[in-house]
Amino acid sequence: MATTQQDINAWIKNTIDGNDVVLFMKGRKNMAQCGFSQRIDAVLQHLGINYKDVNVLEDASIRDGIKAYTNWPTIPQLYVKGEFIGGCDIVMEMFQSGELHKLIHEKGVPHTNHGTHA
Amino acid sequence: MSAERRMREKLMIALNPTRLDVINESHLHAGHAGSPGTGESHFKVLIVSQAFASKSRVERHRMVNTALADELAGAVHALAISTFAPGEPLN
Repeated sequence: MATTQQDINAWIKNTIDGNDVVLFMKGRKNMAQCGFSQRIDAVLQHLGINYKDVNVLEDASIRDGIKAYTNWPTIPQLYVKGEFIGGCDIVMEMFQSGELHKLIHEKGVPHTNHGTHA
Repeated sequence: MSAERRMREKLMIALNPTRLDVINESHLHAGHAGSPGTGESHFKVLIVSQAFASKSRVERHRMVNTALADELAGAVHALAISTFAPGEPLN
């Protein structure tokens, strides 16, 4: 995978640009190894979003790289359509207020749970 | 000085909050993967500050993360953040 800082940034950018929704997390989809990652995973699955998971525990260069790339010191990190949305606290707040559902709807992200929009 | 007290001081200086809760939750995580067992690893902060007015969620969290950069790069493994401008409902 990525080796130099430049390669790492390019890999991150490609991943973020190439997928509607990307979660940089500890563990994998359905198998989070951290409570904060698990909570975002659960929210995305609840909304029926087929997101791209990146397990930072598999590659220390990605783990450090995404922190620098986003200028955000913690994992998990959620990107939607190339835009950094936040970590666990922000995503949970946005989910509870209905803003997250509204955001993915407005950005045209495919999702199967249409429920009600705030 | 405890990590809790140090974080409290840094947040007071950086954000001049009207309310500041710094809660050490390390005991809730003792013994599970990712817990270093130091007793100063997992924290929760609730901050009400005028500095957050008209700032986005990401901007607010960055302000907190910047104030606590040393802690986050060191012993603090997890930090839950709730930020409010004065008048915003605390939930």
